[in-house]
Amino acid sequence: MSKLSLEEKRALAAKKSKGKRPWFYDSAEAERVLNVAMALAQELAVTRERIDTLERLLEAKGVLARSEFDHYLPNSAISAERSQTQEDYLARVFRIMTQSAESAGEGAAGHEGAASIDELART
Amino acid sequence: MQNWATVKTPPVLGAGPPGYHVVGRHGMMPSVQHDEAARFNFLANMNRFLSTQLLPCVKTAYDDRAKPAFVKAQGTAPAHRKDVKAIMQHEPAYQNWSALRRGTMELRQQSGRSVVLRQLDPLIEQARVLNEGQSTLRLSDNFVVPRYISAVEQHCAPGGYSSELVADDIAAAANYDVGIFATTGGGLGRYADGGGKAVVQWLARTHPSFKPKRILDLGTGLGHNLLPLAEAFPDAQIIAVDVAAPMLRYGHARARSLQTESMQVDGITFLQANAEALDFPDQHFDFIMSCMFLHETSFVAIQKIFNESKRLLSGSGISIHLEQPQYAGMDVYEQFIRDWDAHNNNEPFWTTMHELDLPALAQKAGFAPAQCFETGLEAIVDEALFPKAPGKVEDYGRKAAWYAFGTQPLAESAASSTAA
Repeated sequence: MSKLSLEEKRALAAKKSKGKRPWFYDSAEAERVLNVAMALAQELAVTRERIDTLERLLEAKGVLARSEFDHYLPNSAISAERSQTQEDYLARVFRIMTQSAESAGEGAAGHEGAASIDELART
Repeated sequence: MQNWATVKTPPVLGAGPPGYHVVGRHGMMPSVQHDEAARFNFLANMNRFLSTQLLPCVKTAYDDRAKPAFVKAQGTAPAHRKDVKAIMQHEPAYQNWSALRRGTMELRQQSGRSVVLRQLDPLIEQARVLNEGQSTLRLSDNFVVPRYISAVEQHCAPGGYSSELVADDIAAAANYDVGIFATTGGGLGRYADGGGKAVVQWLARTHPSFKPKRILDLGTGLGHNLLPLAEAFPDAQIIAVDVAAPMLRYGHARARSLQTESMQVDGITFLQANAEALDFPDQHFDFIMSCMFLHETSFVAIQKIFNESKRLLSGSGISIHLEQPQYAGMDVYEQFIRDWDAHNNNEPFWTTMHELDLPALAQKAGFAPAQCFETGLEAIVDEALFPKAPGKVEDYGRKAAWYAFGTQPLAESAASSTAA
């Protein structure tokens, strides 16, 4: 029938509308990042709603009470595991910040790691 | 698979918009799964947040900083909304609100289109089943969509109202229908028919004995604001006109699926035609209406539409058009905020239309000055499902309340002008 592939449908859903897009910040880069953050905020809201549904269904089916989620206490081993997960998570989320800090240090020290692609190409 | 949006849960009364589950279902409505409904819930709340939390910050920036600075430099307050724009476009509060509002519109389109495209084939098939063999859907093979509709993609919707991805396409209409809840925060009611219901109530209040025999709805779209008229006037013949075939296919099928004993749709014809020139005899209709349609036309077209309405309306007929408020006499800051949609939500005629003197256009078309009226209407919605937001919520350009303009018969105009 419509003969649209999944790839085409995905692209059509995300298509830009005709016309010049207005930009409001002085930096279009900042505004692009803001739009990514909005989409992530939407997806996070979706995830939270899904977890909420899950909890309510579990309660409705008598598997457990919602209060059990709120009163759940992890033991030390689980806490340590979670802490490890959080550290990995933060390292992933804030990678660009930690990389910036690294390169700033390199730049100041001027050691080999700071060499640019152009510089390396000439060696 | 269970359709999460149909789960019957009593809404909790609160400040925020109702959940997506209260959106009215019908035979053409795309199925909306859990996460898809959650995306719309986010967008409805995001829009509420923008209008109640961030927009006041824009006003504060204007009152406390931008306007005093302008007065200090110029010795006078901004006299035109362009002055306001010139100083406000550098204000971070305005940039934040605008960037997020534009982004929310784009997210709304992607959220709606992904729901619709996922099930495009079954939706097209469903429309075919509902429309098959019906003489009340009248499309034209070689219809030329006017440039003001085909050249622009209104509301940032890729493809606009009229373009077709595939044969018998209904995607544009299904996307409009499935997501209008998010854009308006549910303000238009379960079936997005709060405008049509307001028109019915206005008629009952101001012209209680008026029973139209032939009704014309211009720019009908989904026909969503027409169905309350069909319910109120079951014996009327109704012509719903639009230029966009996807809207008409979907609107016709939607109406048929919503048919009940109290709302018969056999008397409604969905006709592909241009409201500037219609193929009906003089004085054929006794009621002509439009809801949020005129701003989608053009400077040249709107006069032709009024001329054509004058020709088609019987001497005892009534016409009414719903739009957002006109700019004349409005504070320049409010004009500036209301004008946002023109450039930032792909509404090229928005600015010009809101500056027009609509009664003057009607008079140029031949209506007598005493026939013209202006009034205000608010959406009629089921308040058990769509509780009114507490306090003052003004989402400029989106509010489910309208400026209404129209014409009434000369004999009645004096009696009912105060009641309007």
